Amino acid sequence: MIKTGYISKTITDLKPSGIRRFFDLAANMEGVVSLGVGEPDFVTSWSIREAAIASLEEGRTSYTANAGLLELREEISRYMDKEFRVPYHPENQIIVTVGASQALDIALRAIVNPGEEVLVVEPCFVSYAPLVSMAGGVPKTIHTLKENDFKLMPEELEAAITAQTKAIMICSPNNPTGTQLGKEELIHIAEVIKKHDLLVIADEIYAELAYDEEFTSIAAIDGMIDRTILINGFSKGFAMTGWRLGFVCAPKEISEAMLKIHQYTMMCASTIAQYAALEALKNGMPDVEEMRRSYLRRRNYIVKSFNEIGLECHNPGGAFYAFPSIAKTGLTSQQFAEQLLLEERVAVVPGDVFGDSGEGHIRCSYASSLEQLQEAIKRIERFLIKKK
Amino acid sequence: MHLNEKELEILSIIETNSRIDHGDLGKMTDQSTDEIETALKKMEDMRVIVRYATVINWAKVDEYEGVTAMIDVKVTPKRGVGFDDVAQRIYRFKEVESVYLMSGVYDLSVVVRGRSMNEVARFVSEKLSTLDSVISTTTHFILKKYKHDGTIFDQVEEDKRIVVSP
Repeated sequence: MIKTGYISKTITDLKPSGIRRFFDLAANMEGVVSLGVGEPDFVTSWSIREAAIASLEEGRTSYTANAGLLELREEISRYMDKEFRVPYHPENQIIVTVGASQALDIALRAIVNPGEEVLVVEPCFVSYAPLVSMAGGVPKTIHTLKENDFKLMPEELEAAITAQTKAIMICSPNNPTGTQLGKEELIHIAEVIKKHDLLVIADEIYAELAYDEEFTSIAAIDGMIDRTILINGFSKGFAMTGWRLGFVCAPKEISEAMLKIHQYTMMCASTIAQYAALEALKNGMPDVEEMRRSYLRRRNYIVKSFNEIGLECHNPGGAFYAFPSIAKTGLTSQQFAEQLLLEERVAVVPGDVFGDSGEGHIRCSYASSLEQLQEAIKRIERFLIKKK
Repeated sequence: MHLNEKELEILSIIETNSRIDHGDLGKMTDQSTDEIETALKKMEDMRVIVRYATVINWAKVDEYEGVTAMIDVKVTPKRGVGFDDVAQRIYRFKEVESVYLMSGVYDLSVVVRGRSMNEVARFVSEKLSTLDSVISTTTHFILKKYKHDGTIFDQVEEDKRIVVSP
């Protein structure tokens, strides 16, 4: 046992992620059907894996520039412009990072002064609030509501802003709700952001997985590009989670600040992963489209099935998560998820780990084969009948 | 023949899984079971959907005896009917699995299945090469099937992901 006081107070005060507990519970169990996985069920396309192998064979094993291979940044620049109509200069506005996670970290550390507030729109990815705290800021929660399909309302945003508010973190399409903000909705949110002179950290990692409405980047909204730090990456759209490769685009001055942190803490992202990403952008788009279609079918299947078996579920516009309400069972989301796992061996993630407003819901990833989804629905239906 | 988006979507799904439950197929494509069945019937009648087949890895079955050969066939096309007439004369043999008209150095690609190499050889020398229009044949026997119609035969589908992740 080490002395208390060895561990930093900031870290001691961080809540451990609620996902961890479920992982430990489920990991040692046999016959589990998992809807708890936050990553694609596709293996990275062979052409991408092959490009990585070739880069090794050619001996490309040294560091790259801090910001990443220029060739890759040029491809990213073209990609962002073509897909999302956001112009970023490869020389000084794009940094290749170790996943979108590292991008979130350097973005926050580059802008937050001690005590400044960053708005976190819940339910959201588990690391937002801890990242704000670790950057010395104060996370302030906005609770989105089920009645609004968990969309951020401009009034909710306005009400949460104080004199200390520096920035807001927005994730669309969202993990865990799958909710996507449409262009009109973003315009209204942007009005408030501009009025109060806030910065935006836009986590658009699921941008490629939008099903009903064409995806709009908040940076593409009039007057927003100069106050947006745009984060994207290869994990979800290109099925490259394990490569740990993301990128961040921002105004020149913010990019320079982030690059300082990046060069002192990370040096550069993995070279082999960067070569893989290069191939992904050059030749991988048809695969992205095919995966998107495949997720769409499964989304349709699972959302309809949930509603059919009595779990009310809004239609998520993007990502690969459904977020049905389990309120009518009378169980908390933790109880529901735990009993479902123990009694029927289906792993889901309780909604409250994504913030208090996720209570009463469970996150179900539909990035699994149709057979697995069918089996999961069968078991959940049996579970619901038992709990009536 | 023009198909609408929903029909194309159905085809794309059942091409790899023809046994899928029609209710589930309906959920995936946002249609009722009745609409699915009407669309399937229509495409069957149009012979867009020709047959529901099964992909079998016969190499795993000890009792199975059989060989498959791919034969490149050069032919003289006939005035007026081109290659169709000779193709028809070839595909009517029950030993013939498929016949394709090809671009390139030969004209017809013929897939023949027989119980033994001998049987296939006999078919080629006695039936195929004796046809009037056939100029030459080159026979290739298939030794091992690694991947067939988009499916890798020896691949075990294993989920390597961790069970729960953020």
